[in-house]
This record gives sequence, structure tokens and C-alpha cells, in this order.
Amino acid sequence: MTTLLEVGNLSKKFISGGGPFRPVRSMHAVNDVSFSVSVGRVVGVVGESGCGKSTLARLILRLIEPTSGSVQFEDLDLLAQKPKPMRALRARMQMVFQDPYSAIDPRYTIRDAVTEPFDIQGHRYTAKEEDTKTAELLDMVGLSEHLASSYPHQLSGGQKQRVGIARALALNPALLVLDEPTASLDVSVQAQIISLLERLRDELNLTYIFISHDLSLVKYFCDEVLVMYLGRVVEVLPDTEAAARHPYTRTLLDSTFDPDPGLRRTIEPLAGEVPSPFDLPPGCAFAARCPSATGKCSTDLPVLSSDGGHPVACHHPL
Amino acid sequence: MSMLRVQDLGVSIANIYPLSGVSFELERGEIIGIVGESGSGKSLTAMSVMGLLPLIGGQVDHGTIEFDGIELTSISENQYRKLRGGRIGLITQNPMTSLDPLKKIGPQVDDVSRLHLDHDKAQAKARTIELLGDLRIPEPASIYHLYPHQMSGGMKQRIVIAMALAADPDLLIADEPTTALDVTVQAQIIRLLGDLVKQRNLSLVLITHDMSVVAQTCDKVMVMYAGTAIERGGVHDIFNSPSHPYTKALIGCIPHGLSETVRLKGIEGTVPGVAQYPSGCRFHPRCALAEDICKETVPVFETAGSRAAACHFALGTAQ
Repeated sequence: MTTLLEVGNLSKKFISGGGPFRPVRSMHAVNDVSFSVSVGRVVGVVGESGCGKSTLARLILRLIEPTSGSVQFEDLDLLAQKPKPMRALRARMQMVFQDPYSAIDPRYTIRDAVTEPFDIQGHRYTAKEEDTKTAELLDMVGLSEHLASSYPHQLSGGQKQRVGIARALALNPALLVLDEPTASLDVSVQAQIISLLERLRDELNLTYIFISHDLSLVKYFCDEVLVMYLGRVVEVLPDTEAAARHPYTRTLLDSTFDPDPGLRRTIEPLAGEVPSPFDLPPGCAFAARCPSATGKCSTDLPVLSSDGGHPVACHHPL
Repeated sequence: MSMLRVQDLGVSIANIYPLSGVSFELERGEIIGIVGESGSGKSLTAMSVMGLLPLIGGQVDHGTIEFDGIELTSISENQYRKLRGGRIGLITQNPMTSLDPLKKIGPQVDDVSRLHLDHDKAQAKARTIELLGDLRIPEPASIYHLYPHQMSGGMKQRIVIAMALAADPDLLIADEPTTALDVTVQAQIIRLLGDLVKQRNLSLVLITHDMSVVAQTCDKVMVMYAGTAIERGGVHDIFNSPSHPYTKALIGCIPHGLSETVRLKGIEGTVPGVAQYPSGCRFHPRCALAEDICKETVPVFETAGSRAAACHFALGTAQ
């Protein structure tokens, strides 16, 4: 399998405060994250809010600059690209955003929205060619071409998300970063969008990075899963059947409910909540909430060690 | 006598009719789940029971809502005010906006017992602190003095629950109580609600779009679609042998535990808006089993034991 994307020790530190009455505080939104994605794979990224999922997505596409680390895309060093080649490269990597209601300019027709990428990349098409392109793209995502002259407010949430996907596909990308593409949609529509994404992956040989907080959806849709907690990858599930080895992953799995009243169980909820990402403890960030934590966990940072092809960052893996 | 009994409830707002045909019953100590996608009328049902429809310019058009023998549709606003927050507690969806940001959380909870139970300041404070402890909030005496912005989402939701419980209600209505929360916190809150119902022998109406939450917590279920109820029954019946094609399809949309061979099935189309409710069965344009009768005739509830479904092809052919 060819590697499409290689992320090495990627970190992003945000600085806040620093006014006359506020001390400077820094937070590591993404901390020392490394992974690689092969062509045709669907890699899931899960974690609770504030764990750095969306920041990671933006870093991969270089929508924000990392503090340190490297991103290799199709064997090119993304961070070394000058603005012009970078823009050309962006055609190969696209993003689908979480909220389809705000991702499309309300004053653009659907036709404008899906052909905007061509303008940005400097492709000049005649009106007729643009019509054909629009019809093709809308057809690809299961929308009628009659919608081309509609405005976003005339569409439902599911239709808007399809437009978001059509737009991302306009330039024939190799990689799609999907940032919670179904979080604001109803379940019946979520299922439609997921089936659409599955079909497109097979037809267009796409590679996905799928960001979500919904573990059952990620287990269903992805080939492998990165579990993040406070900016770090704590475990990589090499396939979705793999048993969790990190106590945090275990807890996440235990917190998802079975849709079967016959399988009712008493959930022992995790105590406490995600701590503030400012001023993290020196050891494992999960130690304070972890049932199997020992003294070592609060002083020594566990590294992501890969034995048996199932990397986990924990001193006491399950 | 049932704690809550809603019969053929219909709501009008100006000259539109966003809700109709809603009936259910709830006994003491029971949890009913009201599930459906957005726009199905779940929250309108809750607002009708709480008597809050005037806030959005609506009113109960027809039907009855009986709470512990009191017919709620005919009582005065003054009587309603005594029940609301008193014997009927409401837990809202978004804990970020349901607390007063300018007021410490303790006194906000105090207000409820001072108003409804005539507690004085000291009594109310003692009660609030005890209640916060019951809700497994660490160090309730110091939490009492915090402002909402100093707390996390899960903690705020517990405060909202404390407010709902402060006057010792008999009925709780929780409108999407965990939608804004992370999964681990959702698990905590759902567990807490289940425990409270048992300990205090409450009745709970749990409104949610999440079928998994329903499966794990409810005794019975009412499924809604496009402003009307389409199926109700015991939780095991609903999940093991759904009668209405919509219920079946909705369960098919859950990605949990599906294998490589069983792929996710969506439902074609979208929930229609109030202005575009289709004729006959409102689900017919999206239904795989629909025939001509579905376009023309509104299906009535067919009851079989404790379960009922409004479908021309229910209880048999749909299975």
C-alpha cells in the first residue's frame, strides 16, 4: 500500500492572555502526534470536545501552521511549500466541514458554490462547461441538477451537506478530511451521508480522515481509529474489532449505549471531566480520572509504543 | 391513576397545526421515551404538558392532558404556575443557556424551593446543598457559590437537574438532556436520571433523538414523525419487533454493532416541514411499503395489547 499522508511529531501550541492583567498561558492543542495514512484507507479520529481533533484536521491541511513537526503529502513536504505550489496542492486535499449551514455562502447559488473551487484554482470554463460540471458533481452526490440555481436556505441540512461534499470533490482530490460531517444531522440523514461517502470512496478511490465523537459511527465506518485525549494520541486501534488497551478508550466504549433494551447494563461512568488543557500535569493527562493509575502515571509521560501493531500510550495497558 | 395521561393532543399556532394525534400514558416510577428526528414534534409535546405554548403563540387545539387527575388544558395560568417547577420539573436541552449567567448557581436553585415550598433563606440553602450532594456534585457547599461560567457543561446540567428537583416534583420532563454533552458525561447524566427515578419514585418523560439512550433507560416508547405519534409500546416490543416501517427504518439508521456485511441503511428524503405535511400517512413519501391507500387515508392507531401503531400495514406485514 502506498502512503498518502505521513504526519510526524506534529504539535500546535496556542498562546492566550498576555495583556496587562493576564499572565501568558499556553496550551498544547495537538501534542506530538504521528501517524500515516495509506491510499484508500478510512482513518478515524475520536475524542471528546477539546481533545484537539479539529485542530489536527486543520494542521494536516495546513490551514493553520504547526508549532513543530512535519506533514508529508504524496511524498511532498507540505510545510516547505511556497504559497503558489501550496495552493495547487490544495486541489488534492479537501475538507468537509461540520456545519453545512455555515459552510456555504448564503448569497451563492448551489452552482456558484460547487464551481467556486475552479475559480480559485484558475480554471476558466465557459458557462456551458460550468453547467456540465455542476450537473456532474450534483449527480455524484445524489442531488438533482435542478437544485443548481437554488440558494442554500432553500435546502435541507442533508442536502447542504451533500453540496459541501460535491464542492470538496470538484477538484478530484486524493484526500478528504471529514470534520464531523454528520454531527448536525438527523440519524436518517446521517445514514444517507455515510452511505454516500462509502460509495464515493469506492468509485473515486478516495482516502478519508474521519473526525467524530461518535465511537459507534467511527467503528462502523473506519478501517483504523486514532483515539485522542487532550491533544495526544493515546491509542491507535489497528482495526475496529481490536479490543481497547488504553483505559480511556475502554471508558469511551463503555459510555456508548447499545441500541438494544435486552443488553441493558449498568454503566459505571467515568468520574470527573476532561481537565483544562492549560498547564497539563507532567505525567499521563488521563491519570486523574483513570481507574488503574499508579504513582508513575502522574510523573512519567507514557509514550505511544507499538507492540504487536497496536500502539498504546499507557504504563498499564489493559 | 396514571401520573400523566395525554389523549389525542393537537396544537395550533395561528392557523397552522404542527402537532396532532399524540396520546400516551405514564405511571408513577415509569420512564417514557419520546423519540423522533428534528421537527417531529417532541419538544412541542413537552411544551404542551408544561403549558408553555403561549410563549410561542400557540395553544392546545384539541385533546386532553391529565396530570395526576388534574386536567391541565382547563386550569388557570395561576394554577399552572404552581405546578410548573413545583410538581412538574423541566430539564432543558442546553445547560449553557438555561442558567442566569449573572447569578451564583446556589441562589438560583434556592429560588425554586423558596417559591414552591415556602422555605426561608436558610432552609432553602440547606436543601440546595443537600440536593447538590445527592446529584454527586463534589464539595456542594463551595460549588454553591460559583457562577455558571465557572462550571463545565456536565456540571451545569446537574445544576439544571437540581433546579428541576428542588420542589420535589412528581413528574420530570427532560428535553434532550444530554445532546450538548460529551459521551462520557452523557453516560453520567443518563445514569443519574435513572437512579433518581428509582430513588424518588418519579415519572420521567425523556425526549431524545437517540434510540440507544431510549433502549438503555426507558420502560416504554412513543415514536413521533412529522408532528404526530406513529407508534408506541414497551421498549422491548419497539426494538425487537417494530410495527411501523418508520420505527424499523429509524433503528436501521444506528451504526452500532453492524458488521462488514450489514451496511447502514438511511431513509430516503427528509422530514417534511409543517407547511408540507403530506396527505394520508405523513411518512408515505419515504416509506418502502407505501401504496395508494397511504396517500389518501390517514392511518389510525391499531392497538394490540400494550402496543399500537398508526400504519395501514402495521403489526404483521411490516415485520
